[in-house]
Amino acid sequence: MTTKVKDEILHDHNHDGIDRRGFLKCMAWAGTGALCVMQGGVLKSYGLSRLSDLGGRAPAAGELSFAQISDSHMGFNKPANPDVAGTLKAAVDKINGLSTAPEFLLHTGDISHLSKPEEFDTVDQILKATGKEVFFVPGEHDVLNDDGAQFRERYGKGAKGAGWYSFEKKGVHFIGLVNVMNLKAGGLGTLGHEQLEWLEDDVKHLKHSTPLVVFAHIPLWTVYPDWGWGTEDSAQALAYLKKFGSVTVLNGHIHQTMQKVEGTVTFHTAASTAFPQPEPGKAPSPGPMKVPAEQLRSVLGITDVNYVRGQQALAVVDSSLA
Amino acid sequence: MSRRVWIFVLAAPVIAAAALLISGARSVTASAGQAPASSAEVKIDNFSFGPTTLTVAPGATVTWTNRDDIPHTVVSDDKVFKSKVLDTDEKFSYTFTKPGTYGYFCSIHPKMTGKVVVQ
Repeated sequence: MTTKVKDEILHDHNHDGIDRRGFLKCMAWAGTGALCVMQGGVLKSYGLSRLSDLGGRAPAAGELSFAQISDSHMGFNKPANPDVAGTLKAAVDKINGLSTAPEFLLHTGDISHLSKPEEFDTVDQILKATGKEVFFVPGEHDVLNDDGAQFRERYGKGAKGAGWYSFEKKGVHFIGLVNVMNLKAGGLGTLGHEQLEWLEDDVKHLKHSTPLVVFAHIPLWTVYPDWGWGTEDSAQALAYLKKFGSVTVLNGHIHQTMQKVEGTVTFHTAASTAFPQPEPGKAPSPGPMKVPAEQLRSVLGITDVNYVRGQQALAVVDSSLA
Repeated sequence: MSRRVWIFVLAAPVIAAAALLISGARSVTASAGQAPASSAEVKIDNFSFGPTTLTVAPGATVTWTNRDDIPHTVVSDDKVFKSKVLDTDEKFSYTFTKPGTYGYFCSIHPKMTGKVVVQ
């Protein structure tokens, strides 16, 4: 898994794009930059070194750009990354250097490592340097010991239930979901009945042409159940979104970029800003993966997303911190 | 000469047996599936509880130690016991007074499950 090899990967799923029912094979690579272009439910992704090959086909700057960061794990201090504040700052620098400035940020959870107030404080302080509004959903590390009370106090004002909410930006409907609460023995992430009912109601009156962006911590598709990388009742949530022509699902939790297209739904997970985790099943456990210090930033990253009105799908671009 | 040797040979197993009895009393407490037991340990390694099933006598105190780089919890399925979050090398203990089977899991990583059998 060298950077060189990954950069040369060119995925083109045109063969599967016509009936849109294709269940595309997950592609995983840990952290190298990739440009993902969605058109008509068909995903094409390019290693960043191949961008010059795209010529004029790269997506134009659109009406709305935003960036996603995830899994900051502030407070983590083990060998896999003894300086998670430093790498979060590098992520902020990356965001501030994007050619199209994002209007706001999404943080898809595990802001803190141990839900300590000072961990949240540090992240808030570092993210201030972006000057952007940040929308959060909790990861399991953010709701330790208090069932998420502190998280909701800090980030969930005006949110419903355990902290779910929705908002509009330039015609795009954003939905932040919580799937890290009340986890049951042996189970996966869970949304729960109350949240599902809210979701059904939330999208009921939207036009089918409204682009949706759904964000939550644990993947809303089953990446690898043996490691708990999935959400038990996500199928029900996705059923409510079926009528929409463009749905982009953004998750974190697995500390590596991965994507899948199913019908009109694009699933995407972001890299962590703190430490990488192994590819599914490639290690005895999903614990932090130690890489040589000089390689660390190449397996951490941010994601920025660009929406162009009139185009069916959003362009999702991952870039590493290296 | 040969007589002394014979006595020594006879004595050796007796001493060994006595030593076994003394050390055995200690080792029984630390091993699964043996009774009686007054304390036992479960180690958390690589996102799993070891041993997955632990059998102890009533009154035994079980101590969980998190040896992962990632925090875990120890929460009984029926909310009989519930640890705070355990960071690396932190411990949680619970004393089981009533016989029964106690399923438990990590509430952060619910695929991690274990069982304590008190009998």
